[in-house]
Amino acid sequence: MKLLAAFPYYLVPLLVAGIPLYGAWRGVDVYGCFVEGASEGLKTIGRIAPAMIAMFVAVGMFRESGALNAAARALSPVARALGVNPDIMILAALRPISGSGSLGYLAELLQHYGPDSAEGTLASVVQGSADTSLYIIALYFSSVGITRTRHTVAAALLATLAGFLGAVLACQAMRL
Amino acid sequence: MGIVWVAMLAFGAVWAVCTRGPGSVAAMSISSAKEAVQLCLALAGSIGLWSGMARIAEQSGLTAALAAGIRPLLGPLFPDLARNSKSIPLIASSMAANLLGLGMAATPLGLQAMQQLAVERGGRPPRRGARPGNAKQTPPEPTDAMCTFAIVTASSLTLVPTTIISLRAEMGSADPTAVIGATILATSCSTAAAVILDRALRKRGRKRR
Repeated sequence: MKLLAAFPYYLVPLLVAGIPLYGAWRGVDVYGCFVEGASEGLKTIGRIAPAMIAMFVAVGMFRESGALNAAARALSPVARALGVNPDIMILAALRPISGSGSLGYLAELLQHYGPDSAEGTLASVVQGSADTSLYIIALYFSSVGITRTRHTVAAALLATLAGFLGAVLACQAMRL
Repeated sequence: MGIVWVAMLAFGAVWAVCTRGPGSVAAMSISSAKEAVQLCLALAGSIGLWSGMARIAEQSGLTAALAAGIRPLLGPLFPDLARNSKSIPLIASSMAANLLGLGMAATPLGLQAMQQLAVERGGRPPRRGARPGNAKQTPPEPTDAMCTFAIVTASSLTLVPTTIISLRAEMGSADPTAVIGATILATSCSTAAAVILDRALRKRGRKRR
């Protein structure tokens, strides 16, 4: 497991050195290709930035105003029924809308309960069970100029909920 | 998305005025907007780097080789895509990067895959500044493949939650990696749900038309 955890750290240097080496070996104009690709990437940033401002302002307002915490507190009867600490419900509510916000909240929970406590373990699994789905959908669709998102938001939010329930069940089943 | 956005803004603003006074809204909204631009600048470096790397990998045939491994899984997931679609290797490499916990590399690859999907949809590229209210210029709808790709990516495909493991280690955990097994189970639930919900909700949307 230690080796598995360390693997990504070796993967980055391997890719950064390996890809250009392989390209050079295959006779590709390595430097020219890199600059061309990087310039395409920077153009993408220009397309993404407006959507990111829109998302961040909405998420920031919702979170900073305390509305998110209030919404999560309203869910605390559900939390008790599941046998889950209401603080972890707040983390789960934060997860799909803010990556840095939920990571910061996870850090607070780990500090408060201890990383190896039942709460700390479940919080870690909940954070890992899903991604920042609203942000990803906004990012991916805005990069190609699409503003209509069809069924994706509903599906992604319900999938996040499934991940949360999966996290609770997995921790209970594995007695973590 | 539009409704969610408006609801979050309106609810957040009203709640902030009630609980923290009207002066708090200006500071909150401006600091969030600033954060967004800061994130974009931070992303620009890594997107530039990994887009450049991805282009070298593509030109040298590395991407195609990598994609061959994941491709059998992608057929059933994206039935609308042609077998020789250029987006398949990009989707495959984005998913591979996500699985390995390389979010920094996965995002640029995912965005490239999305752009390739947009090109293959055909027709004219999305018009700049098309107004949603104008009936003649309805904004473009994403294809089924675009929706599937976005939903599956959004459901998180991480096998090794690197950030969480390092955070746990920093907080003094005796066994930071103890959560890997449960995380894989949980994230499999969300990804399986994502695939099923994508199919279910997509069909319902069609019937309504």
